[in-house]
Amino acid sequence: MSTSVKKVLTQPLLLNNPIAVQILGVCSALAVTTSLNVTLVMCMALISVTACSNFAISLIRNHIPGNIRIIVQMTIIASLVIVVDQVLKAYAYEISKQLSVFVGLIITNCIVMGRAEAFAMKNPPGLSFLDGIGNGLGYSVVLIFVAVFRELLGSGSLFGFEILPLVTNGGWYYSNGLLLLPPSAFFIIGLFIWASRTLIPSQVEAADFKIQPNTETSGAH
Amino acid sequence: MGLKSYIESLEPHFTKGGKFEKMYPLYEAIDTGLYSPPSVTNNTAHVRDGIDLKRIMITVWLCCFPAMFFGMWNLGFQANNALDTMGLAGIEGWRGAIISTVAGYDASSIWDNLIFGATYFLPIYAVTFIVGGFWEVLFATIRGHEVNEGFFVTSILFALICPPDIPLWQVALGISFGVVIGKEIFGGTGKNFLNPALTGRAFLFFAYPAQISGDAVWTAVDGFSGATPLGLAALGGVGEIIGSGLTWFDAFSGTIQGSIGETSTIAILLGGSVLLVMGIASWRIVAGVMIGMVSLSTLLNFIGSDTNAMFAMPWYWHLVVGGFAFGMIFMATDPVSSSMTNKGKFFFGALIGVMVVLIRVINPAFPEGMMLAILFSNLFAPLIDHFVVQANIKRRVARNVG
Repeated sequence: MSTSVKKVLTQPLLLNNPIAVQILGVCSALAVTTSLNVTLVMCMALISVTACSNFAISLIRNHIPGNIRIIVQMTIIASLVIVVDQVLKAYAYEISKQLSVFVGLIITNCIVMGRAEAFAMKNPPGLSFLDGIGNGLGYSVVLIFVAVFRELLGSGSLFGFEILPLVTNGGWYYSNGLLLLPPSAFFIIGLFIWASRTLIPSQVEAADFKIQPNTETSGAH
Repeated sequence: MGLKSYIESLEPHFTKGGKFEKMYPLYEAIDTGLYSPPSVTNNTAHVRDGIDLKRIMITVWLCCFPAMFFGMWNLGFQANNALDTMGLAGIEGWRGAIISTVAGYDASSIWDNLIFGATYFLPIYAVTFIVGGFWEVLFATIRGHEVNEGFFVTSILFALICPPDIPLWQVALGISFGVVIGKEIFGGTGKNFLNPALTGRAFLFFAYPAQISGDAVWTAVDGFSGATPLGLAALGGVGEIIGSGLTWFDAFSGTIQGSIGETSTIAILLGGSVLLVMGIASWRIVAGVMIGMVSLSTLLNFIGSDTNAMFAMPWYWHLVVGGFAFGMIFMATDPVSSSMTNKGKFFFGALIGVMVVLIRVINPAFPEGMMLAILFSNLFAPLIDHFVVQANIKRRVARNVG
């Protein structure tokens, strides 16, 4: 595997994660992370849309007129989202009902548009396809991280299987209702960003200013 | 050798290069907690006040005492009365063992009530203090800032706004969330934009609603269910409260159900008047809260409603039920998370007063609105300050042009 292929695939996982570093696509991360099943389906939907749209846009990148390129990109992305939506409705109806509008909203997901505009317009189809997969996986890393916490601590289960027996079912675990509410995903993404910046200090921006101490123990007078 | 010189002789061990360099925040906390700090201001223009942050925080802490002792007494009073109605002789477990050795279960005895209350309040306070203090010291050690007395205030306020029946592990979880997410990740005391005690309580409120709201949690007796006056009012207005045998004076003096420290308006005002006279709590904020609450509740009285009895609740009832008085005196006046400008403080206070009435009266989901109203206004405090500063700049520019 050449270095550029490897870079395109692995960089978005942590180093340049679309959610944790570029803060894109956060709204669907809040909405679809209450259970792992739904999250995984959403991740697969997003990976396939990003990869295929990157591929298709890259194929015709030299023929798209500059001033209507966003419209062309949107058309391609929208068609792909419709296909994904129809496939889900056909083969995973229950989950597609839970995902409701959020599959359709992949069209407005900044990651898809962002990769098309920033990468696929300038790179060959094969590499663009892989870039789409890489960014989709980066998105999935954060979503799965959030969903594990929310499902495990919020409803005491993973993939719907009971891990922590709930008090309401005669167990010992009090479910944490906050984790079933969307704001909790903000906290968990925030903690993820905190951890990621601690591990990879290059992600931390330089401080705008430094606060000087006001006092001194000696030598003032 | 006096204690002061002894402590100072230890200092080299804790400063840079010393044996216990990592423990400096602890040393600093004990040193400046006992004696005035040796540091002096060394840069440009400044104003110095004899009362520094540490003394401010300790004063607030002391001013919570009337509410705290009354709260413990009332906790015991409510519980002993409940035991009496249920025909029980006492409670079981280690609490019961302590109570039966040093006191009894007589609701008319001040001592019995106080001891009963202490066996519930002190564990809550101890857990708050130990768990919250652990996070505080941990962050101070890693980040190299000082342990701040602000935590004294946060811990007692948090303990006082817990319902008596709350499980201790939830107390630990709540204060952890409040201190870490509400304060430390923003850089510690002085940099938090939300009140940490309220952040912790809001976490518990949404995470474990069964243990912090409803009718069963306000009396420390298993199986006894008693609604707070505010819960009653949400059902049928003031008529419902009076119908349950409570008078306005009961609610004012505090012999009602509620979170431990919030019931007695008079005990809160007693501590609060000291804070106001000393200038530690801003009278502007308190005035703003009162103005906002009185004006909106009076307006709603005039509008009236056939279906919602809360519309008819007069302002002097809003004042004495729920957490209004406690929030107004101790939470809204938090110097860090409230507005900084004098004019902004009125607007900040008024926003709280208006929001609390709005949530209590109009919103059917939450009977109590003080916590959410203060957190909401905390978010707006910097914005309010921004507009006050901009208005001042504009006025001065206009004056110069003319």
